[in-house]
Amino acid sequence: MDHGPAVKLGVDHAAKRKTRLGIWMFISYTIVYGIFVAIGVANYEAMSNIVFADLNLAVTYGFGLIVLAIILGLIYNWRCTSIEKEMNKEEKS
Amino acid sequence: MIYGVSYLAIALFVLFVLIVLGLSFYFGSKTKSASGYYAAGGTIHWAVNGIAFAGDYLSAASFLGICGMIAFVGYDGFLYSIGYLAGWVVALFLVAEPMKRLGKFTFTDALDSKFNSKAIQLTAAISTLIVSIFYLIPQMVGAGTLVEPLLGLDHWVGVVIVGAVVIFIVATAGMTSTTYVQFIKGGLLIIFSTLLTIYILNNGLNLNPDAKNQEFIQPMTLTADNMQGFTPISSLDAQDVSMVKMEKEGIYRWFTKNGDQFEEAMTVTKTSDGGKLFNGAAKEEGKFYQVGTLDKIIQDGVEVESTGKTGPLEFLSTINSSDMARYVKVLFDDGDNKVTAYVKTVTPGKEMLIPGLKFKIGKGATPLSKINFISLMLALFLGTASLPHILIRYYTVPSQRDARKSTIVAIAAIGFFYVLTMFMGLGAASNGVLNMEDGNMSAPLMAKAFGVGLFAIISAIAFATILGTVSGLIVASSGAIAHDLVDRYLGKQLTDKAKVKAGKIAAACVGVVAIILGIIFKGMNVSFLVGWAFAVAASANLPAILMLLFWKKTTAKGIAASIIVGIISAIGIIMTGPSISKQFFRTEGLHGLDSPAIISFTLALLTLVVVSLLTQKDNATKKAD
Repeated sequence: MDHGPAVKLGVDHAAKRKTRLGIWMFISYTIVYGIFVAIGVANYEAMSNIVFADLNLAVTYGFGLIVLAIILGLIYNWRCTSIEKEMNKEEKS
Repeated sequence: MIYGVSYLAIALFVLFVLIVLGLSFYFGSKTKSASGYYAAGGTIHWAVNGIAFAGDYLSAASFLGICGMIAFVGYDGFLYSIGYLAGWVVALFLVAEPMKRLGKFTFTDALDSKFNSKAIQLTAAISTLIVSIFYLIPQMVGAGTLVEPLLGLDHWVGVVIVGAVVIFIVATAGMTSTTYVQFIKGGLLIIFSTLLTIYILNNGLNLNPDAKNQEFIQPMTLTADNMQGFTPISSLDAQDVSMVKMEKEGIYRWFTKNGDQFEEAMTVTKTSDGGKLFNGAAKEEGKFYQVGTLDKIIQDGVEVESTGKTGPLEFLSTINSSDMARYVKVLFDDGDNKVTAYVKTVTPGKEMLIPGLKFKIGKGATPLSKINFISLMLALFLGTASLPHILIRYYTVPSQRDARKSTIVAIAAIGFFYVLTMFMGLGAASNGVLNMEDGNMSAPLMAKAFGVGLFAIISAIAFATILGTVSGLIVASSGAIAHDLVDRYLGKQLTDKAKVKAGKIAAACVGVVAIILGIIFKGMNVSFLVGWAFAVAASANLPAILMLLFWKKTTAKGIAASIIVGIISAIGIIMTGPSISKQFFRTEGLHGLDSPAIISFTLALLTLVVVSLLTQKDNATKKAD
């Protein structure tokens, strides 16, 4: 019984490097997210300190986590596209 | 009634449903193959799929639940926004491309891609069904909640309408029509939430927030010198609040006593004869006001009556330095009557903008309450990448690159929406629009204050939100039954056509089950239930997905055992925890843990590692074959 991909996919020589990049970006974001949770648990009052444009740490950090996810996503896509171009060049030619 | 039927909202909802049905007919005529039915033929453009992801993900819990929670408890509601969005990082960096590479129609395909194991097929299909049903319940409950006040229909009618339309959508054309429904709904939700936020910022902050479409009624404040004709009848202390019952013209109302002042509370009284009184009168008399305003506004260090138009940062910083008049629930008995009172509590804006009003991590925190908080944040972070109805969307695009790009579009769209939830929630909290009986209606009621047209559109989108999410969940469930269980586990070897037919029958059956559960679970908190769905998904599915991708020693038995342990431990902790015990058995529960992920995820992960290490010979045999 075939239970492979719904569409036929070519060989992706870049898969390993992309996976490694993904793991590093995941770890980076997890650390930033973990620090946010840790501040909340260990010293939630620090969250009320004004840190940016009259906004407190909680709001700045919260919005920052959302913006960081978008920025990391864009960087990841840009790097993955470069890696794919480089590694899958032979396949195309 | 606190708000009446909106015929414009009904008309827009009907229009939206007709468009959706038209789309379903159109795509239904084109959907002949199993690949078309379950995975839209893998032909969806990444940008469309990205917005459809947002449509799938921004469910009733996100739009109605989070905005309502921010309106009632401030930043603690926004924690859900942060956690839900962070989960997409796991999906993008670890799961998106491998899922696309390994699977065909369902996430079971991906888990089983290396093993062809009956145990994985069975356990992963069951897990898909359980997680989907956990997620379906709040959506259906949300449908009923919306229909009751807006269309003046009974809760069950709303559940049946949504269930019937969704069964039709899914049974007609499967994933293709579901994708376009999600795309339209996701796009509309983001556009009109942006518009609502612009209205909120243009309106600014005001101590007496009379909006165009809604007169603000300031709850009464009496003093010993000016009792406005009220006569004190009795008094009592409830949850450290002094409550005084007063009478005027035969109507009894409750006030809180603060020094020489008496502040009017909003009350719902269940009388001994089964009746319900709202601020001492029938609901239709309109004595139960919408509330929630600022108590004091400090702008740039100066106390003002109103701010006028504000920018987004100024809006937040002004709330941070001002005081909010929140209404907090107090329960007590008055003779044979049971009273739920919402009493004015002045909360500094800076407390609204940090965690702590709902999740006890600061004042009064215990180690257990802190563990509950960590466990919830863990479930939100890990749950997204293990939701079956999200994972199957990776099969609708042509390539791994498209899977990646569509996830980034989803992160941008969903992230932007979640930033807006802060403004919509706080806007509702400060504009006197809150219905204390139903926090889920905060965002639609905020829209109503600015105009019936906006209210009607937002309400129609809220219905559409539920339609879209339920469609995705039913597609995932029908795939689990028809493809994973009937075709693969039972080995029925269905033809392509028979597989589509089986999927449609399964969709109808799951839809009927969802309707029944939506009626049974009436009254349960929407966001709360979704939190459980995330915890079960994270525990049952994520250890299996991650270890399959990143640990070569993973075995089929390890995956199956991990899924079973994840499901049983997560559901076991939920069922014996304080919330279910209080809701159904009026007991405290066997333990104090409400969010199970911290234990159940860890247990599932350990199980996978131990069982895999004990069954290494299976992998060796497979390699030898």
